[in-house]
Amino acid sequence: MRAIAATSLGLIAAACLSAPLIAPHAPDAIDMANRLAAPSGDHPLGTDHLGRDLLSRLLWGGRSTILLALLTTVATLAVGLVMGAVSGYFGGLADDAIEGFVLLFQGLPGLSFMLAIAGTLGPGATSIFIAVVITSWADFSRVVRAETLRLREAQWVETLRSLGAGHGRIIALHIVPNLIGPVVVLFTLRLGRIILAIAALSFLGLGLQPPAAEWGVMISDARAYHRAAPLVMIAPGLCIVAVVLCVNLLGDDLRDRLDARLERPALP
Amino acid sequence: MLGYMLRRMMLAVPVLVGATVIAFALGVIAPGDPVADALAQNGFDAPTPEEIEAMRIALGLDRPLPIQYFDWLGGVLRGDLGRSIFTDLPIAGEFARRLPVTLSLAVSAVILAVAVGVPLGMAMGYWRNRPFDHVGRFMTLTLLSVPGFWLALMLILVFSETLRWLPTSGPGGWRHMVLPSAVLATGMAAVLMRLGRAVMLEAMSEPHIVAARGRGLSEARIVAGHALKNMAAPLITVTGTYFGGIVGGSVIVEVIFALPGIGQYAVEGIFRRDYPVIQGYVLFTAAIFVLFNLAADLACLLVNPQVRLGARAVA
Repeated sequence: MRAIAATSLGLIAAACLSAPLIAPHAPDAIDMANRLAAPSGDHPLGTDHLGRDLLSRLLWGGRSTILLALLTTVATLAVGLVMGAVSGYFGGLADDAIEGFVLLFQGLPGLSFMLAIAGTLGPGATSIFIAVVITSWADFSRVVRAETLRLREAQWVETLRSLGAGHGRIIALHIVPNLIGPVVVLFTLRLGRIILAIAALSFLGLGLQPPAAEWGVMISDARAYHRAAPLVMIAPGLCIVAVVLCVNLLGDDLRDRLDARLERPALP
Repeated sequence: MLGYMLRRMMLAVPVLVGATVIAFALGVIAPGDPVADALAQNGFDAPTPEEIEAMRIALGLDRPLPIQYFDWLGGVLRGDLGRSIFTDLPIAGEFARRLPVTLSLAVSAVILAVAVGVPLGMAMGYWRNRPFDHVGRFMTLTLLSVPGFWLALMLILVFSETLRWLPTSGPGGWRHMVLPSAVLATGMAAVLMRLGRAVMLEAMSEPHIVAARGRGLSEARIVAGHALKNMAAPLITVTGTYFGGIVGGSVIVEVIFALPGIGQYAVEGIFRRDYPVIQGYVLFTAAIFVLFNLAADLACLLVNPQVRLGARAVA
């Protein structure tokens, strides 16, 4: 199962990331004479309501979705890592302040805050990025803090300190590398949820704006024409399911093997 | 135990205060100028600097931010969420009018999730590592990987437009609630399937159950009864978390199925740049989320006094 998930994910990601090289058409090439065309040799999956090639848009759309999700998850991880490491390593006032924010964001409904922040900042990829990072970093911070607390008390950290190693050096070179296991698990599980959140916000019209190719936007665009061409609405959704399912399968597998702390469940 | 309950209740206070600060901050960072908006509404297209200054003072925007915050908070505590910029109607009244729609969606989604998730999960645990369990586990993961909005569109495509069993959208009787509730129930059902399976496995490994099975007693009933008892506390926790989450997360379902709940109102507010509505939505969903989590934790404690805060980790 793990091998299948990893291979499929690798293939989909590779295809999408190399969209500029392998897409048969430009993603925004309008051809009004060929609107909602059925699959053919020239358009393997047919065309959308503006005559744009569906396969090309799926590849380019996957590129946007995957890159934005990866960037957002990495940023979320970075914020959580710094907050959690500082909080767990230094303790005291910094810990109290950061833990206060962690409890605050874990105690609030993530989805409605994500929506409100992205909505207030106005439509665009930047708004989504900010909204997701603000509402998602707390889980990372909590896990990193717990691990750091454990490591801080370890004998070898005490030894390093007595040898004159600075705090920054100990955190960056000795604590962070030991966090990799739990962080990789959290990252993978969170990546799936962030792809879903970005697609949902884009579907509502808060993310990338048309004519950009993005899976959530494509589904939203295709709604009005789905009776004439159901595939235009079905295909981007299947792509999202495939990617998120592979990511979740890998995340579950990693969790079982690395035995990291469980995350809170995903909301619909 | 009473001390613990009081401490748990006190924990909710800073979270609620934090929610009001975030909601207020959203109003401050919102692009656009409330003074210009207010003047435009009164018919001033090209206001003079004096008119702008007068309006700033009239709206109280010349005061320091902390004072504006406490003034605004005072209104919120009295149940005054302000007025919509777009319709000029009180926002709290609009929420009260729309809340029944969202609540009935959330209630039917939770009932559906429990009715489907718990028995399936327990069956998966009972037939561990048999085909039923493998299929069930894959199903669980799939349910957690499907975007809700796309699932909603697919269900409409199949059950409303092709089979014509259920209405596509709009408010109405129970038939109008089936598809939206099903979409909202997916995540929670998947989590309950995992939970039911875990609880069942635990029940089956307990010594007296193993002994009873060894003596050939009617095992299914013994195990199921035992597992159901252990299920109570985590089930309450999951329900509390999800109920609060669904109230805030029903936005997409309300938009797609054209249901006039609070999520639909929030999206209208977002696209009309009606910031007081967004603020009200944030406060409202935060309060519901915090209160339901609190209620679930307290209920858990009553069911099983040994649980303490640890129950959340199980979910």
